[in-house]
Amino acid sequence: MSIQHHLMDETLMAYAAGDIDQATSYLVATHLALCPKCRAAAEVADDIGGGLIEDVEPVEMENVAFGNVLERLDTFDPVAELPRAANIGNNPILPEPLRSIVGGDVDAIKWRRIGPGVHQMRFDDIGGPSSIRLLKISAGASVLEHGHNGEELTMVLSGGFDDGAQSFSRGDIETANEDTVHQPVAMKGEDCICLAVTTGPLKFFDIFGKIAQPFFRI
Amino acid sequence: MFYARNNEMPASFSDSSTGEVVAAGVNLRTTRVTARMTTASLDAGTPEGATHVMHMIAQNKNKEAFKVLFEHFAPRVKGYMLKLGTENSLADELAQETLLMVWRKAEQFDRSKASPSTWIFTIARNLRIDAFRKLNRPELDPEDPALIPQAEEAADDRVDRIERADIVAEAIKELNPEQAEVVRMSFYQDKSHSEIAEELGVPLGTVKSRLRLAFGRIRKILGDELE
Repeated sequence: MSIQHHLMDETLMAYAAGDIDQATSYLVATHLALCPKCRAAAEVADDIGGGLIEDVEPVEMENVAFGNVLERLDTFDPVAELPRAANIGNNPILPEPLRSIVGGDVDAIKWRRIGPGVHQMRFDDIGGPSSIRLLKISAGASVLEHGHNGEELTMVLSGGFDDGAQSFSRGDIETANEDTVHQPVAMKGEDCICLAVTTGPLKFFDIFGKIAQPFFRI
Repeated sequence: MFYARNNEMPASFSDSSTGEVVAAGVNLRTTRVTARMTTASLDAGTPEGATHVMHMIAQNKNKEAFKVLFEHFAPRVKGYMLKLGTENSLADELAQETLLMVWRKAEQFDRSKASPSTWIFTIARNLRIDAFRKLNRPELDPEDPALIPQAEEAADDRVDRIERADIVAEAIKELNPEQAEVVRMSFYQDKSHSEIAEELGVPLGTVKSRLRLAFGRIRKILGDELE
């Protein structure tokens, strides 16, 4: 089934402009790998940048600038490529660039249990202010009902979930904000693995969530 | 004065814009004159011209062509860096690094994927981000087996990217002032949507909806032009 829930246009523009944080950029780039439609839109957003660079007031370069560059043209200095995780099968579930921060495909994810039927892997090295984590919700299990102090983007990587109003499967992104209170429930038959980015801490109404929150920084 | 490197030239190559054919193996003096003549008419200020220059760099490592590209784009990339609040000498350095990267990656430039100005913008943007963050900007990997390809060529996929970039550049100028303002603040000021909202004194939702409307308008113009 093709992707039903896409990135917002303003998020694609912010990614093109380069002014969203590292954590959110990971989610955007991972979605782009799975979504040709957003990829095409992201290329148009890059064209906006290209148009603006033609439009910008040129500022004279320092006298030595061209000479400096010219001197380095023939020196061999391999272009640094982004690190890519090796040893993946033919059909990895995690696309790049996510696979590289995990260090492999789904079997390389270091899960930590944070509640009944819910596991997470945090990526604390990825720059914020947003935070990024992988979540696994066991088939049929649910995350505690919660609200949001900021924005939460949740993208499905395998399985699927239902938030009561809509269902989400591989590649789909659920966008939740201050006005959203939800309790995602994983579909039966398969564990649901998601990539989630939050701009602020979640708001739990349940006592267990409130107790667990400081421990797991969710 | 810089000359095309004879030793790396193919037996002959045809200059598509001038129709001139340059034969290698002729004496150096003749080749130098020819190189000067072919590069004198180079212009990186138009999309087609910049594409031609990019191809001369990619195929022949032509330094004259590179100089033309440098003279057009380096001052613009520097201007872009300065607008984003980068200090002067670092802005100059990042502009140099950007053009150096363009030289090194020239063979990867593909006019079917992006116009030269769009491609150079993405290199400049990424270098700036990488200079200020401990991790590089995350990007998808076009060779990734997990990447889902286009199911079929979308309508705008058949369109020359240079034409598309041209239409987008013109469309930006047709945005209403409020939309143009948020687009410029987003691309030129390295501000998050909430920072833009604060500076303009409008709600966050307003900034987002103006950006959405701007993008929608640009895509509408693109759709109309490409029909």
